[in-house]
Amino acid sequence: MANPKRRFSAARRDTRRSQWKLKAPGLSICPQCKQHKLPHRVCENCGYYGKKEVVEV
Amino acid sequence: MRHRVADKKLGRTYEHKKALLSNMAISLFRHERIETTLAKAKLLRVKAERMITWAKRGGLANIRLLEGALLHNKDTVGKLVKVIAPRYKDRQGGYTRIMKLRNRKGDNALIAIIELVDRVKKEKKVKKEGKEAVAEVKDAKKTEVTKK
Repeated sequence: MANPKRRFSAARRDTRRSQWKLKAPGLSICPQCKQHKLPHRVCENCGYYGKKEVVEV
Repeated sequence: MRHRVADKKLGRTYEHKKALLSNMAISLFRHERIETTLAKAKLLRVKAERMITWAKRGGLANIRLLEGALLHNKDTVGKLVKVIAPRYKDRQGGYTRIMKLRNRKGDNALIAIIELVDRVKKEKKVKKEGKEAVAEVKDAKKTEVTKK
């Protein structure tokens, strides 16, 4: 069976994993309530999507 | 050849999917707006728009197509032909609107609203009553404070 020839050091492993990063979500501003919201989504804060939509609040 | 034009299956058998979409179409025409996953909404849009087109054309053949597609639900077929179809007389397709809402808690599925474009908006009686009730409670508390 195929096996690694050499020991893989912790430094090599950790260097590779140092590239694993979380990305910030691309947020947009709701034109109605000026809160951050996901683009192309109904605003969860005021319930508007462009013009009037879901009434929650 | 109809390569690369396969339908979405929604993890169901063909019959299950067909029944699901019929049920959803009935709900959509009855309530004018429903909430589902984005995938289901997009499939429903195709079916619902075609049904509205049938209703606009009218005639016995189209009515029978509608009855088959709507599980012989006579109330819904009637509403479609008498109420919904005339509303879209001057509209060339695009009878529905889909808006993305949020991701569902349990399975992170993207939930969307699908609605008929010129839907008749219902009065939000329950919410108003709720607000008025809160206001009444507040007023009652105020009077209590002033009494004390």
